[in-house]
Amino acid sequence: MKSLHRGIIEEKPLYWIPPVALVILLGLFLTFKRYFYGLGSVTALNDYQPWGLWVGFDVLCGVALAAGGFVLTGIVHLLNFERYKSVVRPTVLSAFLGYILVSVGLLYDLGKPWNIWHPLVMWNPHSVMFEVAWCVMLYSTVLALEFSPVVLEKLGSWRILRIVRALTLPMVITGILLSTLHQSSLGTVFLIVPKKLHHLWYTNLLPVHFFLSAVSVGFAMVILESFVSHHLFKKSLETNVLLDLGQFMVVALMLMLIVRIQDVSFKIGWKNVYDGTIESWAFMTEMACFVLPLLLVFIYRNRMKMGIIVLSAAFTMAGVVLNRLNVSIIGMARSGGFRYFPSWEEFFLSFFLVTMGVLVFILCVKFLPIFPEEPAEEKPAE
Amino acid sequence: MLIDFTECIGCGECVKACQKQNKLGDNPSKDDLSSHNYTVVLKQEGINYRKLCMHCQEPTCASVCPVGAFTKTALGPVIYDADKCMGCRYCMMACPFGVPRYQWDSAVPVIAKCIFCNERVAAGGETACSWVCPMGATRMGRRSDLLEIARGRVERHPDKYVNYIYGETDAGGTSILMLSSVPFDKLGFPMDLGAQPLPSLTWSVLSKIPSIVVTGGVLLGGLTWIINRRIQLDSGALVDPEDSSRPGKGGAK
Ligand code: SF4
Ligand code: SF4
Repeated sequence: MKSLHRGIIEEKPLYWIPPVALVILLGLFLTFKRYFYGLGSVTALNDYQPWGLWVGFDVLCGVALAAGGFVLTGIVHLLNFERYKSVVRPTVLSAFLGYILVSVGLLYDLGKPWNIWHPLVMWNPHSVMFEVAWCVMLYSTVLALEFSPVVLEKLGSWRILRIVRALTLPMVITGILLSTLHQSSLGTVFLIVPKKLHHLWYTNLLPVHFFLSAVSVGFAMVILESFVSHHLFKKSLETNVLLDLGQFMVVALMLMLIVRIQDVSFKIGWKNVYDGTIESWAFMTEMACFVLPLLLVFIYRNRMKMGIIVLSAAFTMAGVVLNRLNVSIIGMARSGGFRYFPSWEEFFLSFFLVTMGVLVFILCVKFLPIFPEEPAEEKPAE
Repeated sequence: MLIDFTECIGCGECVKACQKQNKLGDNPSKDDLSSHNYTVVLKQEGINYRKLCMHCQEPTCASVCPVGAFTKTALGPVIYDADKCMGCRYCMMACPFGVPRYQWDSAVPVIAKCIFCNERVAAGGETACSWVCPMGATRMGRRSDLLEIARGRVERHPDKYVNYIYGETDAGGTSILMLSSVPFDKLGFPMDLGAQPLPSLTWSVLSKIPSIVVTGGVLLGGLTWIINRRIQLDSGALVDPEDSSRPGKGGAK
């Protein structure tokens, strides 16, 4: 039964080691350069566009893509959809790692990362960023606690385990509240730039958009991660569970689209959306990524297959990633005079962080009881 | 501080005085604000004009900074505390006038922006730029007095000035006031900021958070309670739940 956890690490040859080692070496070198020679030495950031790929991707996308943690623990523990339990652990683990990556990403992006703890003692409740900082900090703690049973089980500390388990519900509720707050607040962050952010994205509903898209992509990520784990770790795929989660995703997507479509109709008018600029293309691509899953699910509604759900989830993820980049980079570029395009170092260090995250995930799967021991015990739905 | 562009001869004395006062080093490039230039004098449409921090009445930078590194003092200056700053650069994103600059090439970078020569002003003096200006194009004073002067000039010389005092209401009003003979948007000053201070945009959302937390908490707690209670009732009727055979977490028991 243990062998089930092994997957790629032992069964496959070690051909992946050299490229990964190379990524790590180059990553470390660029890290050194960034900390000793300043942000300008590795990024294309400038005074006209002070936020780039690291904020747009590492932080905004990172937080959104880690939303699987709160949506899944929510439906499993609060709404009591117990049959999804088997995916809770991997999801919580990836959410936890996601938030760690976000924090590490921030350590790269902040000009003076050694002051990252300052919001703890230097308060400015008028700042959205202050609120986000607190929520992310607290939520990371919640995720750590939610994940701790896995480690405690392994260590056999049954007494602490009992305490942590008794706290499950309050923790889940706190987690949902904190997530709701900071997922939406990342949209609020951009409310302060009404004239700088392109009108296709600027709306006072930004917090709502950010929250609903985070929920959608939360489900999408659970689906995608299960699918990838299935191939990577040779896990049995719980098709029913994923198809169900796909439904949740579709509902969340519809909600988000309704809000956005109303918003665009009232504020901008659809005929004004396309004007040939790069922004309008970016906006339409983003919208397409959100509409396509709905179309797919609608067309195949009677012949629902795993592939369709996975594809829909992939589109949702692409849409949310694009949305965050649109709001933080593409939509801001015009006001900065189009003077920024991420440097290869920025791309590479982001890639480096993601690689490290995946590596840690694989190690956790190898050494900790992440996936259920008896993968075949799936119950027929209903 | 009132800056009358029509009186400015573009000598750049203020730029040099500022660099000296704030120890910014002598940067040959003076095309735009930078970490070496808290202020610059530029020429466009046949007129010389200055760029610098506007020292907003309700500064956006101070509102967005997560660690409160900016403070608006009673006398008007918006000052910056580099020791607090963690370098998130939200202030640069948020400033409606696009003022704050960054030391991109430093391993210990700080935000660079005009601080209204706070030490001099607090000691009762003038800013370096207004003190050095040979034409009196930049002059210090109380905001209300300067507004009166500005209004008088515009009324007396409608042919010379555009009928607009920049900074009177823009982004909620600023401590720097400007007069010009060329429309301000032609010089790159945003004219669409409105009279409402920007911080209210985010505050209107942030101030709702306590009620969201309380309502949300009660809602979620209540929901869970109801659902779990029903499940308990159901499973009580249906003998024991087979779920206990699972090694996972014991969520709802
Ligand atoms: S102009 Fe910008 S930097 Fe200066 S006080 Fe206003 S918001 Fe702050
Ligand atoms: S860069 Fe510094 S001063 Fe600007 S908002 Fe961030 S912490 Fe505050």
